[in-house]
Amino acid sequence: MTPYDKKTIADLIDGKLEWSALKRIISDHKDADRFEKVLAILQERVPWKEQILLPLAEHLYVVQKGRERIVKAECGYEFGDYRQNWKHKSKVFVRNTPELLQEMYRNWEHSDPQWQEMREFYCPGCYTLLDVEVLPPGYPVTFDFLPDLEGFYKEILKKPLR
Amino acid sequence: MQKARIPKKVREKKQLAAVDKPKMTLREKVNYSEDLFKKSGHYHGIHRLELRDKDPLRFERVFGKLRGALVGAREAALHISASPIVRNIGELCFALYTPEGDSITLSTGIIVHVHTISEFIKYMIRNNYEDDPGIKHGDIFCNNDAAIGGVHTSDISTAVPIFYKEQLVGWASGVTHEPDCGSSMPGHSPTQPQSRFEDGYIIVADKIGENDKIFKTYRLRSSKSTRTPMYWDLDEKARLAGCHKIREAVIKIIEEEGSEYYLRFIREIIEEGRQIALARVKERLVPGRYRAPSAMPIAFVEVAEGRTERPRQDILANAPVEVIVRPDGELFFSTDGASRSQPFPFNCSETAMQGGLWVLLSQLLFYDGRVNDGSYLAVKSYFPPGSVFNPTDPFASYSCAWPSLLACFTGLVRCLSRGFYSRGYREEVVSSYGETTDSTQGGGYLEDGTYFPLATFDISAVGMGAGALRDGLDYGYAMWNPESDMGDIEVWESLELGFPWLGRRVKKDTAGFGKYRGATDWENLRVAHGVKSLFAYMVRGGGVSFVCTGLMGGYPNATSYRSAMARSNLAEVTQAKRPYPTGEGDPNDSEVKRFLQGDYTIHKRGATLGGNLSNGDILHGNMNGSCGFGDPLSRDIELVKKDLEDEIYTAGLVKRVYGVVASYDSKNQKWVIDEGATRKERQKIRDLRKSRAIDFKEFLESERQIVFEKNLIEPIKNMYRESMELSPKWAEEFKEYYGLPEDFQF
Repeated sequence: MTPYDKKTIADLIDGKLEWSALKRIISDHKDADRFEKVLAILQERVPWKEQILLPLAEHLYVVQKGRERIVKAECGYEFGDYRQNWKHKSKVFVRNTPELLQEMYRNWEHSDPQWQEMREFYCPGCYTLLDVEVLPPGYPVTFDFLPDLEGFYKEILKKPLR
Repeated sequence: MQKARIPKKVREKKQLAAVDKPKMTLREKVNYSEDLFKKSGHYHGIHRLELRDKDPLRFERVFGKLRGALVGAREAALHISASPIVRNIGELCFALYTPEGDSITLSTGIIVHVHTISEFIKYMIRNNYEDDPGIKHGDIFCNNDAAIGGVHTSDISTAVPIFYKEQLVGWASGVTHEPDCGSSMPGHSPTQPQSRFEDGYIIVADKIGENDKIFKTYRLRSSKSTRTPMYWDLDEKARLAGCHKIREAVIKIIEEEGSEYYLRFIREIIEEGRQIALARVKERLVPGRYRAPSAMPIAFVEVAEGRTERPRQDILANAPVEVIVRPDGELFFSTDGASRSQPFPFNCSETAMQGGLWVLLSQLLFYDGRVNDGSYLAVKSYFPPGSVFNPTDPFASYSCAWPSLLACFTGLVRCLSRGFYSRGYREEVVSSYGETTDSTQGGGYLEDGTYFPLATFDISAVGMGAGALRDGLDYGYAMWNPESDMGDIEVWESLELGFPWLGRRVKKDTAGFGKYRGATDWENLRVAHGVKSLFAYMVRGGGVSFVCTGLMGGYPNATSYRSAMARSNLAEVTQAKRPYPTGEGDPNDSEVKRFLQGDYTIHKRGATLGGNLSNGDILHGNMNGSCGFGDPLSRDIELVKKDLEDEIYTAGLVKRVYGVVASYDSKNQKWVIDEGATRKERQKIRDLRKSRAIDFKEFLESERQIVFEKNLIEPIKNMYRESMELSPKWAEEFKEYYGLPEDFQF
């Protein structure tokens, strides 16, 4: 597989590729250096210096900060150790009344708050919406993804984890 | 004295030769094969793909011939069928299996059943069918028992053994979906059954023919066991014809390539499928633990109105998904913590869950591999015994398994998509899929006494979720059949004679919000016409709740609801040539109510146990869109403009949700975005978020109070109780999360 150039990957990240080009990438074999390229592009874009170890989600990265590995937002907000659920450091808004749900959905076309609540998790730094959970009241907040960073770097990327 | 070590290559050859010797019974062959896998970690003990490495072109040519034969069999067979579900939508699939019942390759179509048929074949082998009733050339076997291999009673599988020079060399098999399964209520996914004794006409891995001919007794029995015997009979013939075409093709290939080559080839191709699957996991995912819970609600309209004939209760089934990806490429899927199996039709057998896992992994991760049981062998799974996803009750009903299965596997898509995203392969991300539920079911009699079924299968075209780079696919996806098609209304009307359509159209303002939006919901509006009687029901997991959420800031698509108008004056309206409704549109300003008069009802609950309709009665039905991806405030305003042009969203909604201020220039007939006002509106929404959001600790404490005081409706309390009883691990985590006392119970 011929690697894609940096511009193509940057355009892909930004959703700027034409469908025909994107379709080719979807259909083709995967480019083995994608992770490194994406990381390098993202690193150039963020307004802080810490080394990105893993893009975790939209707006969120796992970064190396001194001897710690933390979840850091694009805006600079730091959520703490990546092994803890970043949602526990977020700002939360719960839509649990018909009125609050009807700010988004029409009457009849949203959940019944007795059955389910809608939880919105915001970045405390810039109030970007990071995740939306729709779960029954009382359901523990989901820890979506706990990466095995050591295993990933050592056994798959064959690189030291700095 | 130390024994001389046999080289691996020689050992493998001996192993393969042994399994194909006639002196080994089929059951011994299955045990032998499984033992080899257990000991070596490789399918059939094959470490090296010798045939492929020696002559890759020949290897690919043989694979191509087999695949072509299967696709060709499907294309030919569907023309034998008369049911629009099979003939027009393509609800059938064919697959080829090893003598031991492992899938080698498959056709297009409802590929969810490829692994379930494998279980059906293995069931026959494990139960010594070789001795009794015997397995010989020309035999025909059939199964629709979901507890053995299948999802629900309306999926009928045929399996035909393939012999070459008196040696069993494999199985050809096909599956079709029937409009009626002879259950206690008409339809293909009945909502009333409480045990398998109400699930309908169950064929338990039966021998239904010999010498390539279906037994007369079986045909007569079938003709009296479902409400749609013609469709059943012709689908039976379609499956059989497809199997025979595959059998012919396989024998021809063996004659061209030699049986030794063929028998090694079919094992190598499965091992190759397994190796590719492991490689894909390593290539595309990041090792770690992924979680994505869902809860499947079934809220009956009749329960709310206190008019159930038999005891029924509302249900909320916990469907937690955990995926563990290890650095060596192993993927482990678990539903530990799932709710308990119940006397309801929403149970899923373990084989159905394996089928669901297989069909999604084949589409999301292993699609450029071999798509055979190698993928199944590469993945480990756990479906808790006694749970809704693996009932241990031998009497359990499975007739409406799909709502549970669909809700659960939305979590798998979200888990894998997080992995794709982190790995940099953002083009593979999908927020999830729309649930293929809410089809209209039932049956009725025309005024002349002709029976007609209601079994619309336009659910085969719901939405695919938004990705990290693109919007969701509108009305173009079904997780169990990648060849999505909603079918022409006129074709459905040829089946469902007394229930014509007034319209089918996109439902505005329903697509899941996000940086990339989900697919839009769409709707049907139908009227009972020319009927003596008509019984109809619908079931959708949603209604009282969203079944799945968006990804990374994306929102779910709108929920469904039930609406109908009894005793409408449609006949009078059409006679007077006045406008009539072709959909409902905004339920708060229903087009049905605006154009017609009658007894209009609307309900948030998504499931019905069924009711009778009379001529002129109108029924509305929603079809699912899908969830969004990313924060809606980051949606490109040009995309929002296109949403307005395409009538996906209204101007009011895009302002409320996307913070985009737009107006329609009627002179130039185009939408205009006010960029300055949009910037301000988006900042206003951001400020509102800031002013209303609370610290997580405060939120956690409020949730803890709800749990501690058990201030929850019964279905939720039941759900937590069952999960805690079935899974000590889930109970432990739950109590630890809230700091609850050790003896806390619901």
